[in-house]
Amino acid sequence: MNKILLKKSLNTKSNTTLDIELEFKDEIIALFGKSGVGKTTILRCIAGLSNPEEGYIEINGSIWFDSINKVNLSPQQRDVGFVFQDYALFPNMNVQDNLKFALKDKNDLPWLERVLESVKMTSFAKRKPDTLSGGEKQRIAFARAILRKPKILLMDEPLSALDYEARLTLQEEILFCQKELQIPILWVSHDKTEIEKVASRIAFIEDGKIVRLE
Amino acid sequence: MDYDFIPFLLSLKLASITTVILLLIGIPIAHWLAFTSSKLKPFIHTLVALPLVLPPSVIGFYFLLLFSPANSVGKFLEDNFNLRLVFSFEGLIIGSVFFGIPFMINPIASSFENCPRSLIEAAYTLGKSKWETIQRVIIPFSKTAIFSATIMTFAHTLGEFGLVLMIGGSIPDKTKLASIAIYQEVEMLHYESAHFQSILILMFSFLLLFSFQITQYKPRKKF
Repeated sequence: MNKILLKKSLNTKSNTTLDIELEFKDEIIALFGKSGVGKTTILRCIAGLSNPEEGYIEINGSIWFDSINKVNLSPQQRDVGFVFQDYALFPNMNVQDNLKFALKDKNDLPWLERVLESVKMTSFAKRKPDTLSGGEKQRIAFARAILRKPKILLMDEPLSALDYEARLTLQEEILFCQKELQIPILWVSHDKTEIEKVASRIAFIEDGKIVRLE
Repeated sequence: MDYDFIPFLLSLKLASITTVILLLIGIPIAHWLAFTSSKLKPFIHTLVALPLVLPPSVIGFYFLLLFSPANSVGKFLEDNFNLRLVFSFEGLIIGSVFFGIPFMINPIASSFENCPRSLIEAAYTLGKSKWETIQRVIIPFSKTAIFSATIMTFAHTLGEFGLVLMIGGSIPDKTKLASIAIYQEVEMLHYESAHFQSILILMFSFLLLFSFQITQYKPRKKF
């Protein structure tokens, strides 16, 4: 079981406070809500890129953050895969080097090949990110995030910039990988059509709070 | 006419050493300036930019005073390390390094600042340390700025006059750089020798900047 308790004031005009309590298994949970309600902040706190003022984060049995007992692991110590909204592919590296950079074991090239194949990008291995389309970049960003076999996958609006067909393909790939890796996925979105098909549960977020979970 | 290559070679030597030192100290300072939230940042930024606005002779004058054996710093260096920086090549290096700071650090720091936060954070979530992220992500992202800052620092040091004249004087084969040699040859109405020194600097600087432009040149795409 995974458990997240977060309290953090958001830097928005309305002085909203993020106050989240969520327990989940190895499933796809969509965090759904308008812009500025704190969805991305939740992912950032789990990844250790932002610190909540109070809270508790336990993923796959290990505690990553505990404000009472002063536990706060660095992002490097937390085992997360993070798919950024702007893909965050390293422009100086080609596709293969972007993935190699993420490998825990530099010699595990067969695993790299397998992941590259699973997102149907093998023929793009030597291409630089700036020569790829939005959909291709997103598939590489997704491949790079799962390459480390993380304990949790965090995805920030992963399909927002993609056209309908690219969305469908990536949705299927994400579903397939979730089943294969058996890890929880937190999927931030402001578009309901993007998540309805894939999410096992949807957390509706308003003003920093989960108002409904279904 | 005397074809004396030594002033030009001394200028090249000074520019090379200065550029290497500035690269080594410039990248860490630029990184600190780009990412610190310290209250000291405006103060350090001002110090870094100061050589841009000060006349080189002012910097040279204060270095001359500082390094003079009649003053405490100069006396300390001479008593303890047998090092006299005034009218020496070593003194020229220190002066040139100080004078070249903004040319190296400012462009690199602003390029570091422009490195998208998500790239740095992506490296952290992939388990990379801060040092590895600097080496593999931030520096490669800024490689054009680093290359350009290196060329500009080198070219700028090559042409320096006021500062090096103040600190080093004009000791033949030691501190008499090309720019000083040109000035002295003109003063003595030896225009041919002045031409020779000037042409060397002119051609070298042109070739240096031209090679840099060629490496940066990307033909515009035709639609």
